[in-house]
Amino acid sequence: MGTMTRGRSLALRWGVQVAMALPLAILVGRWLMMAGGVSPLDAGLTAEPVAETINRLGLWALRALWLALAITPLRRLTGWAWLAPWRRPLGLWAFAYGCIHLLVYFVLDQGAAFDLLWADVVKHRFILLGMATWLMLLPLALTSTRASIRRLGGRRWQALHRLVYPAGGAAAIHFILRVKGFQIEPWIYAGLLLTLLGMRMVPRRRIKV
Amino acid sequence: ALARLVAKRTRDAGEPATSYENVKHYNNFYEFGFGKEDPSRNAGRLRTHPWTVKVDGLVAKPGVVDIDRLTRLFPLEERVYRHRCVEAWSMVIPWTGFPLAALLKMVEPLSNARYVAFETLHDPSQMPGQRTRSLQWPYVEGLRMDEAMHPLTFMALGLYGRVLPNQNGAPLRLVVPWKYGFKSIKSIVRIRLVDRQPPTSWNLTAPDEYGFFANVNPAVDHPRWTQSRERRIGDWLPRRTLPFNGYADDVAGLYRGMNLVRNF
Repeated sequence: MGTMTRGRSLALRWGVQVAMALPLAILVGRWLMMAGGVSPLDAGLTAEPVAETINRLGLWALRALWLALAITPLRRLTGWAWLAPWRRPLGLWAFAYGCIHLLVYFVLDQGAAFDLLWADVVKHRFILLGMATWLMLLPLALTSTRASIRRLGGRRWQALHRLVYPAGGAAAIHFILRVKGFQIEPWIYAGLLLTLLGMRMVPRRRIKV
Repeated sequence: ALARLVAKRTRDAGEPATSYENVKHYNNFYEFGFGKEDPSRNAGRLRTHPWTVKVDGLVAKPGVVDIDRLTRLFPLEERVYRHRCVEAWSMVIPWTGFPLAALLKMVEPLSNARYVAFETLHDPSQMPGQRTRSLQWPYVEGLRMDEAMHPLTFMALGLYGRVLPNQNGAPLRLVVPWKYGFKSIKSIVRIRLVDRQPPTSWNLTAPDEYGFFANVNPAVDHPRWTQSRERRIGDWLPRRTLPFNGYADDVAGLYRGMNLVRNF
């Protein structure tokens, strides 16, 4: 591999990091504005900044997860090997957004009370599915290092990381159940997920790698 | 700026009102989009003049009332009411208007009138959200006769001493402060007195989630939202939700002997 391509791949990799960090940086910026006395409305977080923040974090978790799930089918479709190293950072960003999403909900919506959180999980299916998503992504994030692949062995590691599919499914339903009435947006995400998972079913022999 | 309405304050909430800016920019009005700020962006194309309200059904004197006449028909009052959304957020809003009972008495309900059915304008060219199928259009709501005649039940023409901003349901909306916000139907074009419980929009969409009565009840949860607490717009931490949104002394008698878990 020549230095030019190495330089390019490095730039691409950092590009992903910057692109995924940007929505979080913007949110933090808006919270800093509020801390400085700007009204939530003027800071761009609506009159209900806690709910808006939770929603935005959740949406970015979903988007990052969907992008991570898009890498393999895209690679197979296009033969672009340089996409491969994006999968891990995108997956980790999904988990990071999921963690902050959960944390803001727990602290600012549930008052950091575990009994209230538990009551919410037990009573509301969409909360249960959100928690399930996070719990399924947790072991994947914890075993995202090369050392973990070695320790677990490739086959077992891969089996474990198939948890990403039910995690995606749970996240999609979490979103569908979250909105009131019939809204198209969560169904678009669900449709995209089904497409991404369906593309994996296409027999491998038709793809040249 | 919107035209002023002169009114005497007849009811206080005993707590500070939510800012005018927040009341204007945080709305559920799916006729103008799903986002909370969509109505404030999109409701500009609603034409509230000329506007008429048809009052008919089981009444002795049915008729069509022009909105300008309606504004002068009854002495205007200002009432500061708590407003509790089924999504577990709340506001305190100074409304200007008149009791629904005044309007209903004027048209002389017949003895077999048991419910009141309300209808929002149906015009996708003014209400772009009606091009989607998020709900069945037009939006419809209803009250039992005794709820409609209750002195707290209010027809609002304005808020904060000015005519209603379009996104808040101009030119005429219902305000039932002890019920979840979706009962308080906006931009009303028709009020009909009927003998049977009329269909209501959210109940048609999800009958297991939204009941006909929809009284604020901290003891009965929605599948999505825990109703024992609420976030007051402008506050950082949630607060407890009160039965009937704090209006139990006024209205609990309406439901005596009723199972409020089944009749949610």
